Amino acid sequence: MSGITGTLDAIRSMRRPAWLGPLVALLVVYAVFAIITPEHSFLRAQNLPMMGRQTVVVAICALGMTLVIVTGGIDLSTGSLVALTTVIIAKLLKSGSSPAFAILCGVAVAAGVGALIGFFVGRLRMMPFVVTLGAMTALRGVAKGLASEQKIDCDPHGLDRLLDASLASPGIWIALGLALATAALLDYTRFGRHVLAVGSNEAAAKLCGINAARVKILVYALSSMLAGVAGLMEFSTLTVGDPTDSFGLELEVIAAVVIGGAPLSGGEGSIVGSVLGALLMTVIRTGAVHMGMPSWVQEIVTGGIIFVAVAIDRARRPPSRAS
Amino acid sequence: MTSALSVLGIEKSFGPVAVLRGIDLQVRRGEVHAVLGQNGAGKSTLMRILLGLERADRGVISLADGPYAPRGPADARQRGVVMVPQERTLCPALDVVENIVLGIEPSSQGVLRRGEARAIAARALGLVAGDGRIPLGARVRELSVADQQLVEIARALAQGGLGTLAAGVRAKVLVLDEPTASLGKSDADRLFLRVRALADAGLAIVLVTHFLSDVREHADGYTVLRDGKVCGSGDAKTTAPEKIVHAMLGRELETDRGGADAERAPGYRGVDAADMKEREPLLELRAVAGKTKPREASFVLRRGEILGIAGLVGSGRTELLRTILGLDPASSGKVVLTAPRGIGLLSEDRGGEGLMLGRSVADNIELSARGPFMVQPARVHAEGARWIAELSIRASGPAQRTGDLSGGNQQKVQIARLLREDYDVLLVDEPTRGIDVASKAQVLELLRTLARRGKGVVLVSSQLEELVATCDRIAVLRRGVLLPSCPVSEWTEQKLLLEAAS
Repeated sequence: MSGITGTLDAIRSMRRPAWLGPLVALLVVYAVFAIITPEHSFLRAQNLPMMGRQTVVVAICALGMTLVIVTGGIDLSTGSLVALTTVIIAKLLKSGSSPAFAILCGVAVAAGVGALIGFFVGRLRMMPFVVTLGAMTALRGVAKGLASEQKIDCDPHGLDRLLDASLASPGIWIALGLALATAALLDYTRFGRHVLAVGSNEAAAKLCGINAARVKILVYALSSMLAGVAGLMEFSTLTVGDPTDSFGLELEVIAAVVIGGAPLSGGEGSIVGSVLGALLMTVIRTGAVHMGMPSWVQEIVTGGIIFVAVAIDRARRPPSRAS
Repeated sequence: MTSALSVLGIEKSFGPVAVLRGIDLQVRRGEVHAVLGQNGAGKSTLMRILLGLERADRGVISLADGPYAPRGPADARQRGVVMVPQERTLCPALDVVENIVLGIEPSSQGVLRRGEARAIAARALGLVAGDGRIPLGARVRELSVADQQLVEIARALAQGGLGTLAAGVRAKVLVLDEPTASLGKSDADRLFLRVRALADAGLAIVLVTHFLSDVREHADGYTVLRDGKVCGSGDAKTTAPEKIVHAMLGRELETDRGGADAERAPGYRGVDAADMKEREPLLELRAVAGKTKPREASFVLRRGEILGIAGLVGSGRTELLRTILGLDPASSGKVVLTAPRGIGLLSEDRGGEGLMLGRSVADNIELSARGPFMVQPARVHAEGARWIAELSIRASGPAQRTGDLSGGNQQKVQIARLLREDYDVLLVDEPTRGIDVASKAQVLELLRTLARRGKGVVLVSSQLEELVATCDRIAVLRRGVLLPSCPVSEWTEQKLLLEAAS
């Protein structure tokens, strides 16, 4: 018993950035697969860009989800919003719009939806879970209605090259750029400070003159805008508008953020951690495929990692303080 | 006649701190007995022992039917001792019946017997509120505060074993902890009519209160606690209120006069009133009223002075400050802020709304800052370090988690945030709550220094000695109404308490 307590104390006393844990986990899992896959197929050169490409959509969504979770909220509408964006882009391209206009519309609609969600959560003080649960269902319906319940085929006008399978693929660099920008927003701007404050203690933030409702509206708008960008990346892979696409994506995104070290109670979170969390899940999935494991094994492993991540996070905190 | 409740020589220590040092208390059947005392006198601990939440170290308690040493609230209920705590403990979304039978739901094989539950609730409520006054099916959140209080009492009686007897209640001793703290005078009087009826029905009632008017008008006997000892008891109707106040304040009164206490600025008599008139006004309240509290408050705060506000729990002190700041809406009146550098609040609830306990010291000091969009963490860190040095905050550094600091040092972090913004007006709510003696003196000295430098301070405190030692003027807030302020030289702790509690 004292051994366990001692270990817990040791873990707790470590002062380290929040993303260190996910990074170590990522490297360990990567190394394990590199060693145990037959003929080391996991290490082959084309594997890295492949995994990068597969991570882009989840990672971009995880950026926004991190901000939302830091305010103490949650967003269940992400998957539906991604699908809706692919439909909007495909529909506009099919009707002859320029790619730039299609992208702009898709992302703008997403941002607008986010602002509306933020209005419900921030101004009307409705529970984020309930608001975004409603949005999840409604947006899926809108996407299906727009697409007449079928896939929309169209000429991608070069948008398919956004996310090709090479390390030079623009999509990967866009995702990286957005990650850096969001990380800077959270850590180096007054707005970012206010996001953390609202999640850490909303009453204290209000007392200090911070407009908590405004912060939340902006956060949901920003988060949904990023989901719109993720929708663009999804379209680039699919090259069709698919209203049934990305079903349940939000749960994968939330898992990435949680593995990245953000507690659902808010007030903390790391953009780098969330991106690493997203990568970790891709590595597990890809590794499992290389091993020829059935998907149920991979799902059990991913679930296990979530438990371990949260358990380590719990152990690092003072025991009595429920947060 | 034998006592319904008899307490003899109860002692209780927490570690080295003796909280109760030999308490005697007798309450007869049919008596309303008031227990008075300032914060920290030991009232709560005594009540917790009566309820079985704590065990006494020494001493004997007995009821009419024999010795009494409850092992917990359920055991206490079994013996007929029930309590209505100070905070509301009802479930707002449940209806009156569900609240009253909560935990004693009559059922057969796990299936609730609704008719019986309703009958129990109706009987208990009939005793407390009269038949039909409070609708049984109403959600508790739809009731007025006064009616909620009655439901709370009905629940206590019902849980004391009402259902099993045909005639009346089985409960013998009812403890009411500050039942009128959140009620207006007329609601309080109505409540006491009911309490009296319960006493006449044979209950012994222990009434914990701050209000001298409650004691004089509604109690039969009283007992005053101070520093864990009984410092006075007698007939509530015939004893002069001054005598009760004197018992509550005790020796502190003498040191106040003698100026022997080194912690206080001896002989501090406040800024000269004539001099004051010429100073720049910073904040003016004209007949400000909030939704429920405050009911009326007017004052002018000028540069370089500390205005103290004294009032009992529930008098609307915190609500007044929140209304001034606009955190609670004002329903009428006007707040005029002429201070060029604005106004800041030090919250009484450090953990709840004052600080982000999970975040660093530097982040907390930074929280109100306005300025450019971009923030440099290094500068935030340096600013934190500066204030840690300035106010001698005991922390390992600006990056330390605020929740890991002691109460006094957390308070200094909150103060640093106000100073960093350099506000002209500081609204300070219970600045010394839950901090050690040395930190207390430092915090109060800091407030005086700030006033000397030209700030205006509104100091709310339940520590009367603190107000008398720190303020230039003091005004008393009584049931939501702020009475006119007087220079500190005209106040003593005794006068303040009399004024606030009458």
